[in-house]
This record gives sequence, structure tokens and C-alpha cells, in this order.
Amino acid sequence: MDKQMAAEWLKRFAETVEKNKEELTKLDQAVGDGDHGINMNRGLQEVLRKMEEVPADSPGGVVKAAAMICISKVGGASGPLYGSALMKIASALGDEEDVEGKQLTKALRDGVDAIKKRGRAEEGEKTMVDVWEPAVQALEQGSSWQELTEIVKKARDNTIDMKATKGRAAYLGDRSIGHLDPGAVSSSYFFLELACVMEESS
Amino acid sequence: MSRTGLIFVSHSRKLAEGVKELLENMQPEAVTAACGGEEDGGIGTNPEVIQRGIESLEGCTEAVILTDLGSAWMNAEIASEISSIPVLLADAPLVEGGLAAVVEAGFGKDAAAVKEAAEKAWDMRKST
Repeated sequence: MDKQMAAEWLKRFAETVEKNKEELTKLDQAVGDGDHGINMNRGLQEVLRKMEEVPADSPGGVVKAAAMICISKVGGASGPLYGSALMKIASALGDEEDVEGKQLTKALRDGVDAIKKRGRAEEGEKTMVDVWEPAVQALEQGSSWQELTEIVKKARDNTIDMKATKGRAAYLGDRSIGHLDPGAVSSSYFFLELACVMEESS
Repeated sequence: MSRTGLIFVSHSRKLAEGVKELLENMQPEAVTAACGGEEDGGIGTNPEVIQRGIESLEGCTEAVILTDLGSAWMNAEIASEISSIPVLLADAPLVEGGLAAVVEAGFGKDAAAVKEAAEKAWDMRKST
């Protein structure tokens, strides 16, 4: 992955969130406080502006700039969670101009570990971890980008039957069952766009 | 005399300021800051708002943060990691824990003792 691919990945992530912001808001109104679509879109639009104004000179630089904006502009729980993940990913990528697949997987592992630590979350709690963990595990086990796409979609849909035990949705108890988790859905966009960009370049 | 400052973090600016007003009244010796709401005053919490609160604590060598709900804790954690002075987070109820904290801080206790006192406030009942 070079800096253009990293920028393309985050650009497509931002575009997909924008296209689906009402859907994300609707999902969040069912189980959360209804701000996920608005918050993510506001932050990622800022990421797009920043990428155009000050282009970074490495994939790590691209991700680091996005991390800073997520922390200060996204808000909600997703700001600190995406922000912490992207910050760890950026430091694992370092300032290398071209990042190998293995190094990217290692960086994404650091990212999901940062989310779990910041949110004190584990798998099965109906959160973004339920997409991040299976996605990163698949990459660690050598899945292709095509296979990753299927795994991510399945992991996202698996959150429908889960009962939320973390975050605002936990207050709903059993009433959270039957809804997709909005954080899992936005996380699925993050990995699906990554797979798409990587697939196209291979 | 106090070296440990207190930060009250809430999703609501009014709530954070209200807690500060109430607790300062109960312990005027304590140095406190209210960090409520987003940058624009909207509902939410923001690490930069919290960081500015930490920097505003006059004459404090340490600080303890108390938070309200959910993501307030995560944003307080981020602010504590980039702070120039040592900052501890107290896992405590905002009002009762805040009262215990300002009392200890007013006696010049260090951050660890202030945090411990705040966290003991979970045991305080209202009716017994």
C-alpha cells in the first residue's frame, strides 16, 4: 500500500459513510443516541478536506492525520474509538512509503487492540469489535481480500442477534436484539473499502 | 494549599458547570474546572475541551477527572494521556464522588488519595 492507496481507502470510506449517513443514524436511533451517522460524516468530511489541503507523504501519515481529526471532531464514542485505532495503525505503519500486506495486518491488529483497550470491549458485545476482530483474524490467517469482504459482511450481520452489553445500547438489554449495531456497520465500510482498494491494485 | 485539581466532565456544559458551582460552594479551597459539552457547546464530550480544562487548573501539580456517562470516560482518558501534568481518572459518581474528591483535594491530598476517596462514594446511600 502506498500513500495514494491509503488516501483512496479513507476517501472511499468517507464517501460510503456520507452515502449511508441516514441509514447509520436510523440504526443508531434504534439502539443508541442517534448521532453515529452525523458524527462520522462530520469527521470524515473534515478528513477529506485535510487530505486535499495537506497531502501526507506516507500511508502512515495519511492515517495519522485522519486519527487526529477523529479524536477532535467525530465525538460520541466513535470519535475516541476510531481515533485511538487509527493512531495505533498509523504508528505501526510508521513513515514507510510502501507498506507490505503483513505490516498492514499487524497495524490493523494494533488498531483492534486499541479499540478493545479504550472501550474495554470484547467480542460478542454488539459493538464495532465484532467486525474488527474477525476481519483482522481473517487477514492474520491469510484470507484474500475477496474472502475478507464475505467475512466482514457476515460479521456485521451477526450483530443483529447479539444483545448489547457495552455502550448506550446496553441500557436496552434484550431490546437491543434484532438490530444491526451501527458501529459494526460503519466498521464494515472501513474494511470493505480497504479490501476494494487492495483488490484493485493486485 | 491544594495541589490536586478536579475536572468535572459531562456531556452537558450546564451539568458540568452546575457540579462545579455546587462543589466549590461546599469546598471553596479546591481548584476545579468544568469541561462539559462539545467545542460548540452541543451535547457530547471532547478531549480538547478536557485538555484545556486541565491546563486551566492554577497551581496544580496533579489532577483527578470525574465523568458522567459512557464515552466521557474515553475522552477523559485521551486528554489525560496528552496532559502536561499527571492526571488520574476516578471511576466514581459525579456528584457524590465529586464531593468526596473536593474535600480531600481541599486538605491538600495527592491525586491518588483524591481518586480513592471519590471511588469510595459508591457506598454512600441517600436513604440509609
